[in-house]
Amino acid sequence: MRRIVPIGPYHPLQEEPEFFKLIVEGEKVVDLEINIGYNHRGHEFISQTLTWDQIPFLVERICGICSDSHPYAYVLAVEDCAHITAPPRAQYIRTIIGELERIHSHYLWLGLAGHFIGYNTVWMWVWRYREPLLDLFELIMGNRNHYAINKIGGARRDILPEDYPKIEKYLDLLEKKNAMFTNAILDDPVIRARLENVGILSKEDAIAYGVLGPTARGSGYACDIRKDDPYDAYDKVDWNMIVFEEGDVLAKAKVRLIECNESIKIVRQCLKNMPDGPIETRVDEIPPGEGIGRHEAPRGEVFHYVRSDGSNMPVRHKVRAPSFMNVASNVVAVKGYSIADAALVLAAVDPCYCCTERTFVYENGKKKYSGQDLLKLSWEKTEKIKRRYGK
Amino acid sequence: MKKEYSKKILDEINAKFPEVIIKIHSPRRTYISISREKVYDFVEFLYKEKGFRFSIATGIDTRDGIEIIYHFSHDEAGTYYNIKVLVPKDDLKIKSMTMLLPATDWIEREIHELLGVDFIGHPNLVPLLTAETWPADLYPLRRDYADEHKNIKIKKKLWEES
Amino acid sequence: MGNAKLWGLKKSPWVFHLAAAACNNCDIEILDLITPRWDVERFGIVLVGSPRHADALLVTGVINRKTLPRVLRVYEQTPKPCLVIAIGTCSCSQNIFTPSYNVVGPYDKHMPVDVYIPGCPPKPETMIMGIVKALKRL
Repeated sequence: MRRIVPIGPYHPLQEEPEFFKLIVEGEKVVDLEINIGYNHRGHEFISQTLTWDQIPFLVERICGICSDSHPYAYVLAVEDCAHITAPPRAQYIRTIIGELERIHSHYLWLGLAGHFIGYNTVWMWVWRYREPLLDLFELIMGNRNHYAINKIGGARRDILPEDYPKIEKYLDLLEKKNAMFTNAILDDPVIRARLENVGILSKEDAIAYGVLGPTARGSGYACDIRKDDPYDAYDKVDWNMIVFEEGDVLAKAKVRLIECNESIKIVRQCLKNMPDGPIETRVDEIPPGEGIGRHEAPRGEVFHYVRSDGSNMPVRHKVRAPSFMNVASNVVAVKGYSIADAALVLAAVDPCYCCTERTFVYENGKKKYSGQDLLKLSWEKTEKIKRRYGK
Repeated sequence: MKKEYSKKILDEINAKFPEVIIKIHSPRRTYISISREKVYDFVEFLYKEKGFRFSIATGIDTRDGIEIIYHFSHDEAGTYYNIKVLVPKDDLKIKSMTMLLPATDWIEREIHELLGVDFIGHPNLVPLLTAETWPADLYPLRRDYADEHKNIKIKKKLWEES
Repeated sequence: MGNAKLWGLKKSPWVFHLAAAACNNCDIEILDLITPRWDVERFGIVLVGSPRHADALLVTGVINRKTLPRVLRVYEQTPKPCLVIAIGTCSCSQNIFTPSYNVVGPYDKHMPVDVYIPGCPPKPETMIMGIVKALKRL
């Protein structure tokens, strides 16, 4: 007998219904219906009413977590349209902030994934080590989030040489703690049992649905804008792309954890080789034409397209966040798994999508389980596995 | 090195589809204009034979019609191929790509509700982003969308358990 | 009955977090309040999973057409008296999204708001100060 389970993925404490509808038979999920639009605020429409340099402030509020990636891609798009190159010092600054943001975003995901499985300690510890990073952002740019470092033609603020030791000190701390988290998570048999072979997305499906970022790299599909279409300082430093073949939630977690190490490497090299000079070039007008900018955000490729007719406002500004492609692929990734695993699988693509969640299990129109109950189902599964391992 | 890669592909495209108009904006950004009738075969060629990745599609309201741009990425070369199609305003229909490429499903629904283009053959062409109370014939991304429509009154619907 | 609820509210407010079309930044800063650096649970502030258990509503985000009926429904479900605390500039005054076709007005157009905590996002210390000020006024 088929039942419908409406469910939402991200924050268990948010409130909006009918985001995802899981259709279950017994305990197994057989189909998924996705219903979005709860976050639609009309950015592309508002962009047509603002001038070129007001738009980075609009666009960083698309998402609060990867709030540097959208202005970065937009600025690259406008620079492509007008054939401008930012000066070298600005390129290095933008790269550093982009990588620090990647660390902050991956840690955020890790904490919430820990909360979903029921390991609240993971959540508290990981977010505790995220705090010095937010303090660093406040030191350099003035705000913990929504920092607005990107500007058409360069960077808005400089990283002063007296701040380099503080960044280095934080990176040293982070390397130690990253090693601790990686070992703790990969060595724990209960966490492995929860994450391994769950939510497998095959490579063919990954390509057909056009998934991006760690979701694709965890399924063996090696695509990373920083290597394929390098921009700013990414081709001037030495780093590796992390790819795993299995396609399950554990592979995606491993990609994210090890990518933090690579980000630390990139930031260290950038600080060592930082050139001197101005941090912006003068831009007088944006000539008619079109431009495309792409940036590897923590969740995948962020794509911006602008069209100009020579005036001070864009004719069209198209924004595509990576979650637009990743969330749609959940339709294949969640089939065949139990309801207790469904919350984890839907969260494994790291939907930066400011979305919804209220979970109810319906049986022929009558409510059976509520949102907190589904989280509890996930926690109960962890407890069962713990007992099996004799903890 | 990467520039030559693109030249080989452009030669192949010119050989197979001689009627396209190619514009090279910069080493890794190419814009190709093609007619509405030929675009499905062209996309099939790029996706199936060349292995390009579909990125997204953009819809723009212009004086001559609604322009749809399909953005494809060639990851090995880091190049973007952008396929431009013009759909005339008095006949807003184009063949849907969803059966060929599942990745185009959501973006076709979005272009349909925000610009009014009908994708023939789409399995589920219902609104993706706008609310249930938004009028179906009002297209916010069209240039003649007036601001006074913003104050459309909505009824306070009680939450219904479906 | 009302006095008992008010006493519970003042001593240990249980909050329900309601986000309508937010960019998630204010929501992450609210979750930051539970983490070890600020740790508001030692003051008795607990994040609950259902509006029916809540004494205070922490609302974020700019309301859009699709979420408006749900937001109103949550407000109706919360037992009164309850505090409504609008966090972030989006919930106080719609921020930069005013020209959009899909937004329907800030929270105080649809329900009585008791505390406004502006900022994009407001720092966690500001949020604690706002909640404490509201509780002192009761």
